[in-house]
Amino acid sequence: MEAPVATVKKIEVKGLRVSYGAKEVIHGISFDVYQNEILGIIGPAQSGKSSLLRCLNRTLDFTSGSRVQGVIRIDGEDSQKVRNVYDLRRKIGMVSPMPVGLPLSIYDNVAFAPRSAGIRSKSELDGRVERCLRQAALWDEVKDRLDSLGTKLSGGQQQRLTIARALSHEAEVLCLDEFSIAIDPVTTMRIEDVVKELRLEMTVILVTNLVHQARRLADRTMFLWNGEIIEIDRNDVIFSETPASRKTYEYVNGIFG
Amino acid sequence: MALVLVVPLILIVSHLVIEALPLLSWDFLTTNPTAGMRKGGVWSALLGTIWLVGVSLAVAAPIGVLAAVYLNEYARDNWLTRIIHLAVVNLAGVPSIVHALFGLGAFVIFARFGRSILAASLTLAVMTLPVIIASTKEALAAVPRSFREACWNVGATRWQTIRGIVLPNSISGILTGVILQVSRAAGETAPIMFTGAVFFKRIEAGNLFAYGIRDQCMALSMHLYTVTTQVPDVPHALPYAIAVVLLGTTLLVNATSIALRVYLRSRKKW
Repeated sequence: MEAPVATVKKIEVKGLRVSYGAKEVIHGISFDVYQNEILGIIGPAQSGKSSLLRCLNRTLDFTSGSRVQGVIRIDGEDSQKVRNVYDLRRKIGMVSPMPVGLPLSIYDNVAFAPRSAGIRSKSELDGRVERCLRQAALWDEVKDRLDSLGTKLSGGQQQRLTIARALSHEAEVLCLDEFSIAIDPVTTMRIEDVVKELRLEMTVILVTNLVHQARRLADRTMFLWNGEIIEIDRNDVIFSETPASRKTYEYVNGIFG
Repeated sequence: MALVLVVPLILIVSHLVIEALPLLSWDFLTTNPTAGMRKGGVWSALLGTIWLVGVSLAVAAPIGVLAAVYLNEYARDNWLTRIIHLAVVNLAGVPSIVHALFGLGAFVIFARFGRSILAASLTLAVMTLPVIIASTKEALAAVPRSFREACWNVGATRWQTIRGIVLPNSISGILTGVILQVSRAAGETAPIMFTGAVFFKRIEAGNLFAYGIRDQCMALSMHLYTVTTQVPDVPHALPYAIAVVLLGTTLLVNATSIALRVYLRSRKKW
């Protein structure tokens, strides 16, 4: 895959430290995410990947005892000092590991975010619901039953519903947190195709346990291990025979981890 | 095994009803007691119970539900909320006679409400509040956290999340908890006998608003107690009939709660 010559920094992370109580899980990491790239983040469990994502949209605020130090700039704006945290969260679409269909109709699942943002116009909501469901490759399967419950969909459909919801507030960054652990390989491939298309209009952060998924999809990949960045580089370096760190080579090739 | 639990219930209820049968009639519900409690019906006691429970619920339910929403959805886990939680749990275990003394001191004397429906209802409210908080918290906690996180992730505020997702999906549990407290409040004697319930009071029969909030009132539970222990030569069936009315009222309320729960559960969405 040809890496794009992207230089616009969408997200800048500087000296980020995250701790829960006395336990520090991210030990001062710095990296950039460029506009319209897919940044893969790989690493074993407990390496701080999900905490990192939750810092980005500041939902870590909801976890009592958590503490964040360092700077995260999104579009140049310090996310810790941002005036309206809800606008910040709308900038970021978050897809969790387990599919979450809200106990609402399929339509309301997707319309929830725009409604929270104050959009009431029926035609605009209709348009958004259709567009997001199409983008998430779910429209054709559910267009005749938008009134049925989102929670009654199959796991793979619910995960695409989650993606549609993540897009529904016109996010500029899509964060996928191990989206494929609860769904079948065929649906995984469909979603990967969706992601490839989405990167044309947005920036994607793909956290994954599956090294091969990062290899297939990402432009650059970051190897996070025990809360520290071992290496972040273009995929053709990370997945080559000679990445900068021996650890990366061993992890990527399944020798440890 | 479960049948073992049903047997005493059937025995109690059937015994009560059989003994009460000579007196049970519509008139028994709608006329005041007469002849020093020995004749007539239970109207003033029935209406008093309805008022006491109604007012106490009007106070305890909103405060309790809001407190539980705060504790479960907003409060951070720190020493203060832990103390509040501890207080709620312990308050739920305080004997009702202690609540009665508290009500006497706080509402009747200190707040100068006098012995009145208001003071008695507030005492009942204080008694039921911790249980309402606990049951509401439980109902809220049964809504998976992942739903909340999904809402936060798309930029919804805490309140939007609570209103849109959490409350609609916990309302059956909340209502069940609240309604069960109705029957508990209706059955209590101790908290009201120092704070507002009286031995006898004649009110206009058939008028639902015969009591004012500052009036003293009769109550079924208290009435049953006085008729069985304080009044000589009552007809044998009278205490049984009062008990049937009291039991019938609470069973009716409980049945509503069960029906509501069954209905809302059938619409459970995940």
